[in-house]
Amino acid sequence: MSIKVVIKKSTYFDSVSLMSLSTKANQIAGVEQAVIAMGTEMNKEVLRNVGLLTPELEEAKSSDLMIVVKAETDELCENAFTGIEELFTKKGETKGASEIKYATIDSAAKSIPEANLAIISVNGAFAAREARKALENDLHVMLFSDNVSIEDEIALKQFAHEKGLLLMGPDCGTAIIGNVALCFGNAVRKGNIGIVAASGTGSQEVSVRIHDFGGGITQLIGTGGRDLSEQVGGIMMLDGIKALDEDEATKVIVLISKPPAPSVEEKVLAQVKQCKKPVVVYFIGGKEEAVLAAGGHFAKTSKEAALKAVVLAGANEDEINKRALNWPLIEEVRAKLTAEQKYVRGLFCGGTLCDEAMYIAMETFEDVYSNIQKNPDYKLKNLHVSQAHTFLDMGDDDFTNGKPHPMIDPSTRIARFLEEAKDPSVGVILMDFILGFGSHEDPVGVMLPAIIEAKKQAEKDGRHLEILGYVMGTDLDSPKLEDQVGKLMAAGVTIASSSTNAGLLAREFVGKGA
Amino acid sequence: MSKINELFSNKIHAINVGIEFFKDDIIKQQGSATHLEWKPPGGGKPELIAALDRLENAALAEKIEAANKLAVERIIQSQPMLVGFDQAINVVPGMTKTTILHAGPPITWDRMCGGMKGAVTGALVFEGLAKDIEEAEKVAASGAITFSPCHEHNCVGSMAGVTSASMYMHVVKNKTYGNVAYTNLSEQMSKILRMGANDESVITRLNWMRDVLGPMLREAMKIAGEIDLRLLLAQALHMGDECHNRNNAGTSLLIQALTPYILETDFTKEQKREVFDFVASSDYFSGPTWMALCKCALDAAHGIEHSTIVTTMARNGVEFGIRVSGMPGNTWFTGPAQKVVGPMFAGYKPEDSGLDIGDSAITETYGIGGFAMAAAPAIVALVGGTVDEAIGFSTKMKEITTAENPNVTIPILNFQGVATGIDIRNVVQTGILPIINTAIAHKEAGIGMIGAGITYPPAEAFEKALLTLSERIS
Repeated sequence: MSIKVVIKKSTYFDSVSLMSLSTKANQIAGVEQAVIAMGTEMNKEVLRNVGLLTPELEEAKSSDLMIVVKAETDELCENAFTGIEELFTKKGETKGASEIKYATIDSAAKSIPEANLAIISVNGAFAAREARKALENDLHVMLFSDNVSIEDEIALKQFAHEKGLLLMGPDCGTAIIGNVALCFGNAVRKGNIGIVAASGTGSQEVSVRIHDFGGGITQLIGTGGRDLSEQVGGIMMLDGIKALDEDEATKVIVLISKPPAPSVEEKVLAQVKQCKKPVVVYFIGGKEEAVLAAGGHFAKTSKEAALKAVVLAGANEDEINKRALNWPLIEEVRAKLTAEQKYVRGLFCGGTLCDEAMYIAMETFEDVYSNIQKNPDYKLKNLHVSQAHTFLDMGDDDFTNGKPHPMIDPSTRIARFLEEAKDPSVGVILMDFILGFGSHEDPVGVMLPAIIEAKKQAEKDGRHLEILGYVMGTDLDSPKLEDQVGKLMAAGVTIASSSTNAGLLAREFVGKGA
Repeated sequence: MSKINELFSNKIHAINVGIEFFKDDIIKQQGSATHLEWKPPGGGKPELIAALDRLENAALAEKIEAANKLAVERIIQSQPMLVGFDQAINVVPGMTKTTILHAGPPITWDRMCGGMKGAVTGALVFEGLAKDIEEAEKVAASGAITFSPCHEHNCVGSMAGVTSASMYMHVVKNKTYGNVAYTNLSEQMSKILRMGANDESVITRLNWMRDVLGPMLREAMKIAGEIDLRLLLAQALHMGDECHNRNNAGTSLLIQALTPYILETDFTKEQKREVFDFVASSDYFSGPTWMALCKCALDAAHGIEHSTIVTTMARNGVEFGIRVSGMPGNTWFTGPAQKVVGPMFAGYKPEDSGLDIGDSAITETYGIGGFAMAAAPAIVALVGGTVDEAIGFSTKMKEITTAENPNVTIPILNFQGVATGIDIRNVVQTGILPIINTAIAHKEAGIGMIGAGITYPPAEAFEKALLTLSERIS
């Protein structure tokens, strides 16, 4: 066995590029294990765990690039390094050699006067500083990074507010500005509906549904999940509403969030009351009265939010295919499940999709557990063991700490799926597949072998395993929505037509004795 | 219209920091995006980020900007004139018969690298302070010799920088600000004292320089009065030199300016012929001249309170040291001298190389040398690559500098001025280190030059400077 280590001092690559390089490096013939990573404590811990942390690597700094290869022979090791060098240089060739490169936001902003927005996705420890630099340079900011302190968030948002700039985030993964989807987003028709959302996949879902119902959007402003907390006070949602209210192209405004802190809800609804335009409010698990009192339009589900928005924006409700629940199908599935198969297991990439399905289940069942449950009694005690009805947001920090999001790397979800499929008390496994910019290039394809295997095993054990899939995307997205749905159906997966319907179907499938 | 509403109606042009495919997706959607070559500031060290943050406090930042503006203005507005040549003992402040000046930050005899020791012992023999190299080593170690950095005597010295009392110096006066800078004469290339060689041929050449070349140049300049060096430098860049490792054009221009006056001196035709042959023997004759010009301009910018502009980069073969304008006097911030990477003379291997040495990085501090690589496509082999890469080096240095010098421009970059005024804040923020073109001396005494290439200062020197200044500036 041969191990070779190379440390490149002060050589920075972002973790996503390194991951893709690592993956390719592991495919080089003869490689037993290859790691290409920055010398952070976390990465060193990973190496320690696999027995590859040499004293040399222990000395590596977080700004150093570590390359470690384990192979059968020295020769194979050397070959692998040649291959890895090629991977690095290949990347360089695709860029024009004389393209001007900038190292800082300051220098880029100074040299590119038309620049109007900064997208920041560096490690959270450095993100606030970069965001501040962007604001100082009069750039709007989409702050994708997470692990930014709430103090920094407040300071940045106040600064942005004073300067009249947007500060979307931190931990903001979705926006559509001027018809361009930023970070994670779907290809959605241009229209007259504006969205302000404290929820990434929730806003993606509403935008996709609006498109599906024939509508389109003007702007989708993400605020980051903490914007409506007591401390932050909804600074960006308030500014976002104001801007959309003044935007000529926008006729209807949709607000999306988990339930805000009460004092913030008051502020937001006060702003809604001021609006010249109709406002649809979809606060997951929220109450209707306050919204109506503020003159807003209440939506209980993402689907309802989209439908109301489209109608308020001028569509004829009778002409919309509302994709009603398929009751005969529900009866059919109920008949196939045994009395023992009582539970829903939801394995989600999208946090808000998980939340919506969970709230729908909670309307009928009491024993609904999750890693994102607000009620501590129903918060999953052991993350790795499901109980009763369990809805997992696999994009939450619990699962992503040190790992990429399941929208990019589905490996954690595949393993969990195979576990759930073995459980005889499980009636339905519900999964979302997210298409669009930033997502995996074939989210269905990577899951498919596991689905086929699980179906076979269940059949062998003499039970029906109902797998319910929801593919979130529009007919303009890549990969093709139609192809992804087709592959799932061919494997015997039932397809839900929306996030809302996915939750309702899952609940109803196991809802026999209820 | 509010800024947010402006964003809605304008085309998206994003600056992307971090995950690169976000940029690609925006371009797919007909937006524009620029991806940054970003590194964690200060290499991710919290104390450095805190120092950067502290200096960004609006009130402090304003003071620093004003100080730096003044510092850079003084660098750019300096007009260094060659006004004479004379022996060090006659002109260099603080020079004595037993003083040996050396390159880089202060260093003691016992810590000197092989090349510098070779040059010191050779100089002691040349000065008659020892009868041979063996005895010179004893003299050097005896405590009877005063060692001092060139920079602390208004001087700069190539490579080992070793300068003794009877050596002839350039005298360069700043017409704008009045300060004076000095530097030794070029011994031309290869087996020479400043590279650590010290055999009889080296001493013989030094004797001739002291007895013929130096006095002839002194007399010529008495007739000439003054020669505008900045004008010559600007022309040399237009003619393909970066004036650190390539001096072909600069040397022609300088000797062209001196020739009429040399002809007027009282020396014999044979002696004049010897001088012209010597200048023609390599193209390095003007190398030290530009160093003195740079030193003269940068000294005018030193000692401006609150300024974060680098006024010196110099190495003694063991340590790399910088001085910063806002730390007046001779405060050095140091880190270990680095390897120089580049082509080597046949027969030598990288392990023969001494570490980075010499005051010549004063040229990069001013904005030429490695910073002006785009002007000198003929020597791109030094960077191991292409003209595009050379252009890349010159444009990249703008990330760490404060201004462009309109008096010294690069044709291929549409006559943009050279990047001027290295700001330690920018270096620490970006992780981009100044690029330095330089020669490689053998690590052992007595051998001399074995190659040339590029190197970078240790980040440590800039980090220490930043930490100290962030406490000093209030």
